[in-house]
Amino acid sequence: MSRILVYVATHEGRIRRASLEVLSHARLLAVASGRRVDAVLIDEDPSRFVEQVSLYGPSRIFKVAHPLFRTHLNAPLIAALHTAATVAGPSICAMASTESVKDVLGALAVRWDAAALPDVSTFSLEGDGVEVLRPVMAAKQFARVHSASPRVLVSVRSGSFDAVESPSAPEIVEVPFEFNGSDLGLVLKDIVKATGLTVDLSEARVVVAAGRGVKDAEGKRLVDDLAALFNGAVGASRAVVESGLFPATTQIGQTGKVVSPDLYFAVGISGAIQHVAGMVNSRVIVAINKDADAPIFKVATYGLVGDLYRILPPLITALKAAKAGA
Amino acid sequence: MRFCVCIKQVPDLSAAVQTGRLVLNAYDASAVEEALVLTAAHGGSVDLVLVGPDSAKETIRKALAMGADSATHIQLADVADLDSYAVASILAEHLNGASYDVIAVGKQSQDTDAGLAGSMLAERLGWPYASNAVALAADSARGCLVVTRQGDSGQEILELTMPCVVTCSNDMNDPRIPSLRGIMDAKKKPVTDAAPASVAPGRPLTRVRSFEQVPPRDPGQILHGDPDDLVRQLVDRLGNEAKVF
Repeated sequence: MSRILVYVATHEGRIRRASLEVLSHARLLAVASGRRVDAVLIDEDPSRFVEQVSLYGPSRIFKVAHPLFRTHLNAPLIAALHTAATVAGPSICAMASTESVKDVLGALAVRWDAAALPDVSTFSLEGDGVEVLRPVMAAKQFARVHSASPRVLVSVRSGSFDAVESPSAPEIVEVPFEFNGSDLGLVLKDIVKATGLTVDLSEARVVVAAGRGVKDAEGKRLVDDLAALFNGAVGASRAVVESGLFPATTQIGQTGKVVSPDLYFAVGISGAIQHVAGMVNSRVIVAINKDADAPIFKVATYGLVGDLYRILPPLITALKAAKAGA
Repeated sequence: MRFCVCIKQVPDLSAAVQTGRLVLNAYDASAVEEALVLTAAHGGSVDLVLVGPDSAKETIRKALAMGADSATHIQLADVADLDSYAVASILAEHLNGASYDVIAVGKQSQDTDAGLAGSMLAERLGWPYASNAVALAADSARGCLVVTRQGDSGQEILELTMPCVVTCSNDMNDPRIPSLRGIMDAKKKPVTDAAPASVAPGRPLTRVRSFEQVPPRDPGQILHGDPDDLVRQLVDRLGNEAKVF
């Protein structure tokens, strides 16, 4: 029977929510087409996630365990995914498009002899083939791409599907995995983490993003306060990452992270196409900018023309009151 | 250090109106810039390779004008149907056995944003690689390239044994604008035309069926007034219209 394998990514002791979105979508496709869906966990201790993954209806859960998976390194992840795909034998392997997946997808496609359809916003089955929609040309167009390859890899943008529970009693399969890390030609020396960021941008329901209009620590504090009010994440345009005011991990756009939260505040962001490509699928977009001609107003649900330093303080006060009353 | 930078000609996305103008992929420009900076500091050379039609020579000349030394133009008239797998296969055939220390490529192409070709090429060559690099440094004494890459948990600092492949973010640097002197010199630099060794192993595995316009967002509302007024209007709409609370 034809199968779909979903790689459920874990990160610092948690499952990436976007992985469960992909698993939910894959399960619906499998049910509709008489296929089965399997999941694979690759982690230093994958057993701790089995119960949670079972809630999303896989028929089997493959576990690949190795201490190397405490941090990301491309060579062992490619080997683990390739081993899991070989053992599980799916025709389609799908996963959330995290930075770690972007790092390995091309190499995995070559090793597994598969077609790769990266960073899609949806995918469907068509006979034995797979059809996807992927944003191209800085998200101004969709390309409808098809592959009839017997093995297809698909990576999916976060927020593309809902994670819907459908509990199952999956068979648990431990995949033997040996890896010699000594002759990779690749050593991870250090990870420099941004401090003070507690909410993952790609998973946040509310994102407050700062642009060039945010000029100093006072502006940054206002942005942080607004985000904290919603337990949201802080994002940034390229300009304020380059100026050093915001860490590189917060960059949103074609080059940085692609987000699609419920509510997106663009604070002092002009709206260059490279930035808009990373946030245009947010449900509600609030833009605050002094320049009434700023292109961000073209995609804004609500555009406020004015000085962010004068708007954010009363906005934070009013939102506190509104949330308390809701 | 011997660098090879794989470059691509792509549509100019920064133009307000698409006129069909083709330019050097911005991420590849950052790869060229970084190769020039590192070879200026440590000695070495920067070769280029491009797969594309004759008209892509203009893009090769642009990268040579930035300061690269020489180029190979793998002539292929119709590149529209090539996917990342096909391009990576053609590049791998060309680069297999070559004696470069570092092959640098843009982390993605600004038109398709696929971001596959670099790691496909590394896998085909069997070389270690790092993607989404935001900084490079050479440790010539130990024969390794120190790569800072943007990962899921922050910036990962990796040591790669050369030869290696690195895919470059445009956050790495601001590519230089070619000087007049550079443009003049570029005309004399060697560009070798080559045919793809064989297209067969690089057959595309995916096919674009159509391009579709992204449906526009519902038109929004521009709110006017003094700050307190704006805030009142926004909070009312967020609560009653958008139902975000």
